[in-house]
Amino acid sequence: MSPTMFDRYLRAFGETLTMVGVSVTIAIASGLTLALLLVATAPGGLYPRQRFNKGLSVVVNVFRAIPFIILLVALLPVTRLIVGTTLGIWAAVVPLSIHLIAFYTRVAQVSLNEIDHGLIEAARAMGFHRWHIVRHVILPEALPGLIGGMTVCVIAMINASAMAGAVGAGGLGDLAIRYGYERYETQVLFEIIVILIVLVTSVQFGGEWLSRRVDHRR
Amino acid sequence: MLWKRATAHMAGHVAAADPAPTALPDPSSPHILFDGVRKTYPGGVEALQAVSFAIPRGSVFGIIGRSGAGKSTLLRAINMLERPSGGRVLVDGIDVGGLGEEDLVRLRRRIGMIFQHFNLLSAKTVRENVGLPLKVAGVGAAEVRRRVDELLDLVGLADKADVYPSKLSGGQKQRVGIARALVHRPEILLCDEATSALDPETTHAILGLLRDINATLGLTIVLITHDMAVIRAICDEVMVLDRGHRVEHGPVWLVFGTPQGDATRALLRPLRHGLPDDIARRLQADPPAQGGGQAVLSLRFTGESHPDGISLASLLALAPDARLLHGGIDRIQGHAQGDLVIAVPVAAMRSAAGSRFSPDSWKVLGYVADDV
Repeated sequence: MSPTMFDRYLRAFGETLTMVGVSVTIAIASGLTLALLLVATAPGGLYPRQRFNKGLSVVVNVFRAIPFIILLVALLPVTRLIVGTTLGIWAAVVPLSIHLIAFYTRVAQVSLNEIDHGLIEAARAMGFHRWHIVRHVILPEALPGLIGGMTVCVIAMINASAMAGAVGAGGLGDLAIRYGYERYETQVLFEIIVILIVLVTSVQFGGEWLSRRVDHRR
Repeated sequence: MLWKRATAHMAGHVAAADPAPTALPDPSSPHILFDGVRKTYPGGVEALQAVSFAIPRGSVFGIIGRSGAGKSTLLRAINMLERPSGGRVLVDGIDVGGLGEEDLVRLRRRIGMIFQHFNLLSAKTVRENVGLPLKVAGVGAAEVRRRVDELLDLVGLADKADVYPSKLSGGQKQRVGIARALVHRPEILLCDEATSALDPETTHAILGLLRDINATLGLTIVLITHDMAVIRAICDEVMVLDRGHRVEHGPVWLVFGTPQGDATRALLRPLRHGLPDDIARRLQADPPAQGGGQAVLSLRFTGESHPDGISLASLLALAPDARLLHGGIDRIQGHAQGDLVIAVPVAAMRSAAGSRFSPDSWKVLGYVADDV
């Protein structure tokens, strides 16, 4: 492999990591917050607010429904407003994050809903305030599931970031499309796919390992 | 001793913090009072229908009923985990239904609760589980540690402080549950089917622990169960609930000795000594025509006329040839009671009828031709 090609790989790898890292952080923090809001405001939840709950749920569904490549283009004005440009890594971070927020909200919601209602009842009986229940019962008990969801989320993000090439963000996926697919350089395509497989596998195993570490249910 | 003083101190502290100008509550007044408590679920299911009764301070009070009788709803009305649709629940004379969120949190810290499925946090160690209620109440770490150690000692789990609940047996989990429920030094302990998920041996040990706690800490225990054996083992008073109605209520020995309701009799049946099946199959309605044979009698002792026990001599006086076939006498709250099934030769029956010795009730179940 020529040094210039190696540099290209390295840069693409760095771009992917940056895009995915930043978007995942934003998406998981916001998605978890939204999931907590959805669970808490649901009927029978800690702060039942039915209308708010329905409204938020519809908004999340809207973003879940839009295909990523369309969201990428549709959000261009918003992206310009937030990062000042519509090109490059940071321009891709905005639609990636928004797309993944909606996704992780639903994934996290499932984990939060799985908590045994008896635990919440016990906490109420012991004189916990509602925020204590969120902080000390719901979040720690849901943690193994939340981490499992994060793993799924990061891998989905690595995939989606390939499309970010459309706004010139670069990254491994973009390299594979431009060199491997469009220029018929099969070897580049093949090598990048191997890199992606290694990346996805490490994320998956890392996530499983972490999830097991925090899981004391068995 | 240390605990007693601590509890008294706590009670004083709570009374001082109360907005109402109360001194220490009058020891003779009921600790918990249900006044016409009703609960109707959406859809019209009436779980409780105007239930009224009082729970004496320092007693172990049992609420028993079949599934769906409404006992869980009743228990949860004490700490307002479930709000009744009508009526009042008074704890120390305070209507708990009228408390705001802050006051309710304060009340719940004076009422411990344990559960059938323990409800321990899987992500926290035993020590963290027991200490968490104090931590969220703002108690300092050193004090939390001291109190947790004290409680783990009390329930006999000092060596399990740093393990996770999933590594414990059912009985050990319930001990953690009890330690956690006592961490605020409550005046009331609610037990929600606390032994229903445990094996008989563990059940016995946990009930013994609850009895000890009641005796040493002087707190009022309210438990719900569907098992009369639990009531017999530790309760002072029992209330029987059936389809949302109060069927009866009284000292355990009295309810066991002379049950009034069908629901009570049904719940007691597993503990009663009825006629064994093999004898029942051979029983005839009349004495054998050719003479001889045995009468099978059932004697019932309710605990009222022979509280100190049943004299063997007087049993023999009934008929010298009488034989004890089946039965049992339990001493419940100092009252000997139970059922005995005996066989008496038909010829000796007349003297039995004339005997001055009498159980609280007796009847001839039937006759068998030859030896039983």
